Amino acid sequence: MLEIAVAIILGCCALGAGTAMIAGIGPGIGEGNAVAKACEAIGRQPECKGEVTTTMLMGCAIAETTGLYALVIAILLIFVAPNIFIDILMSTIG
Amino acid sequence: MKSNSRSFKAVDLLYILMMILPIVAAIVIKVLTNPLSEGIDIAGADIYFTLQMPIHNLPITESQVNSAFVMISILGLCLFLTHGICSGKLTARHHIAEWIVEKVKAIVDGNMGAYFSGFAPFVTAILALSALSSLLSLFGLYPPTSDVNIVGGWAILVFILITYYKMKCGPIQYIKDMSDPVLLMPLNLISEVATPISMAFRHYGNVLSGAVISVLVATGLQGLSSMLLGFLPGFLGDIPFLQIGLPAILSIYFDVFSGCLQAYIFAMLTMLYIANGFPAEEYEKRKLKKTKKLVGGN
Repeated sequence: MLEIAVAIILGCCALGAGTAMIAGIGPGIGEGNAVAKACEAIGRQPECKGEVTTTMLMGCAIAETTGLYALVIAILLIFVAPNIFIDILMSTIG
Repeated sequence: MKSNSRSFKAVDLLYILMMILPIVAAIVIKVLTNPLSEGIDIAGADIYFTLQMPIHNLPITESQVNSAFVMISILGLCLFLTHGICSGKLTARHHIAEWIVEKVKAIVDGNMGAYFSGFAPFVTAILALSALSSLLSLFGLYPPTSDVNIVGGWAILVFILITYYKMKCGPIQYIKDMSDPVLLMPLNLISEVATPISMAFRHYGNVLSGAVISVLVATGLQGLSSMLLGFLPGFLGDIPFLQIGLPAILSIYFDVFSGCLQAYIFAMLTMLYIANGFPAEEYEKRKLKKTKKLVGGN
């Protein structure tokens, strides 16, 4: 019975981590849009390539934040949460 | 002091040692405390020792020690670059030092305005510390920036600066700005608190995700090569030939490019947040009022 409980905890943590990383779609689309527009801008005005590139990298980094929140949650779910949940389980069983 | 005299060269050597020895010391400490283990695993920073404190014990971790070593190394670099600098003949290293100073001054002046031109040393310090900390992973050390405690500390420092400059016109003005429409006050509070959290998570998440992906790819390549060569007898089957070189390509992106980019972004966001939070017009008005009062009083 205990094995099943631990297995459910581990499996649900892995499922949760995988589901959390669906958030990676958003930054992907957003950064793709940003880079596409930057390419257009450079094509139109090649002389301001440096400035456009720096601004684009800044914007990409900020757009990445939501994806990184999801990543942090996924990492916590994989590496930190199982131990805590198993500790709680053990303490409730006694 | 003549640049080719013996004492000058001795001091030079001292500074170079000051740059290199901390990295060597970090590697030595890591090798001494971590006995060589089989396989690769993803773990947090090792705890070297724990200080006994009244409220909560203070663990001294690998990342804290490494970041302290990086600071010593940067100090050595600065002393080396500016050693023997004078208005006369400039050597190559003095040109490098001048180039760094001019570049950062231009960036700070361009992004923050003339009022904040004194921020150039602070921004350079954050930039250098962050970039070199991320580059530590090239030596096989634990990069301090992939620990949320280190980056969180920097973010809290930046948050204090932002709040200080927002309060330049007095705490009443700060609260007034915060609750411009009164209904939006909780949202403004949340976004205020979210600034350091998002800065810390952005930097540490990028570096940590790079480390995790590198380890996963290396482990996968090991398994793949043992699957391909597994039928060979003896040690021939154990050679992880796919692991040679291929993870290095990822390392160029994740360790070198991403580390430097995140350092740049952290410094850039520091500048933008501080400069945007500062109510320049209001401050000018207040200053003018104060001087008028002083003149009127006299």
